[in-house]
Amino acid sequence: MLSQRVIETLVGLFLLAAILALMALAFKVSGLTTFFKQDGYNVTAAFEDIGQLKVRGSVKIAGVTVGEVTGIMIDPASYKAVVTLRINSTVKDIPNDSSASILTAGLLGDNYIAITPMYGTVFLKNGDAIEETHSAMILEKLIGQFLFSIGHPGDKATDPSTDTADKGAKK
Amino acid sequence: MINQVAALGSLGIEVVRKYGKAGIILFRAIFRVPNIRKGFPLVVQQIYAEGVLSLLIIIVSALFIGMVVALQGYHTLSKFGASQQLGPLVALSVARELGPVITALLFAGRAGSALAAEIGLMKATEQLSSMEMMAVDPLQRVIAPRFWGGFISLPLLTIIFNIVAIYGAYLVGVKWLGMDAGAFWSNMQSAVDFRLDILNGIYKSVVFGVVVTWIALYQGYDAVPTSAGIANATTRTVVYSSLAVLGLDFVLTAMMIGGW
Repeated sequence: MLSQRVIETLVGLFLLAAILALMALAFKVSGLTTFFKQDGYNVTAAFEDIGQLKVRGSVKIAGVTVGEVTGIMIDPASYKAVVTLRINSTVKDIPNDSSASILTAGLLGDNYIAITPMYGTVFLKNGDAIEETHSAMILEKLIGQFLFSIGHPGDKATDPSTDTADKGAKK
Repeated sequence: MINQVAALGSLGIEVVRKYGKAGIILFRAIFRVPNIRKGFPLVVQQIYAEGVLSLLIIIVSALFIGMVVALQGYHTLSKFGASQQLGPLVALSVARELGPVITALLFAGRAGSALAAEIGLMKATEQLSSMEMMAVDPLQRVIAPRFWGGFISLPLLTIIFNIVAIYGAYLVGVKWLGMDAGAFWSNMQSAVDFRLDILNGIYKSVVFGVVVTWIALYQGYDAVPTSAGIANATTRTVVYSSLAVLGLDFVLTAMMIGGW
């Protein structure tokens, strides 16, 4: 039997190893960063339809992740989805006439927000809203429109019910 | 005829009595903690016996389980062109299911059986009754430190199991199969939620810790004081605690997915 001192030391090491492992699980595996205040700034964007976009989804410019979605809520007046984006503070110079669109990574991947920078000289800052937005493409809607347009050749331009949905699809 | 009915009735009463005894043992183990100065070294000794000495089997199994899940997952995922999703696959399956359940099963086999055999032998050699003769409460001196040792050790072992298994998957996925390390970690981080996935796995292991040590202590304390009785108690400990862990795992998972 080991002496009590040695046992206590070994148990202490065991506890320490477990705490280190828990920290590794928190920061390395689950990417838990909300304990620390994230540097970055928030902008909002209102979308007609966000599809499968979720909180913590990524925000990309030219395919490079520059931030994440921190909140999604419905605007009760306009019935649009207001998405809050946190952009890393290293990416400061996004022109305020840039557009935000919801795209899908691969055929079955997650939705993310792509920001396409434009040429304005005023840059987005904390609390600003991105005005120009493109909704998510929803496969069911596209198929529905496609079937509808096969069934009614020529009707499409005059049918007002598909008009709003078409805008998102054609872009 | 009447004898069989009576036998059935006494069997029922016996079963209820056993549950009652087990409940009393658990209650006393939790609430009759000796004073901190005397009890603490005993608990530390038990954490050493149940936790530190189980580390080797936990680490080795975690490493191989992580490696095998990564290998299997990679081959299946690459059929769909989704091998980038290996990180989330491994991390989620380990943190939510494999970590708590396999650690608890190994713990039942490694530490639970030892507890039952130790206490059963103490009872058979009348160490427990001689403690009572000396006015030392065996529940306080023997059962309670063992209970707390198991209760503390199992969650810690689960945490270590999780991280070792994920690093085993990293070894196979990144170092051997040549995945991109950045994609491995960043996909994992975006898919794994700390509270929903990792903490829920640890809550599971806390429940398993209570159940496995409880069953082991009860079976040891209630063992027939013969060599065959101790053998039976050890076997029952492993069988019952494995069944309890797997059954409770289903219930807990259903509760967690249901969003209790």
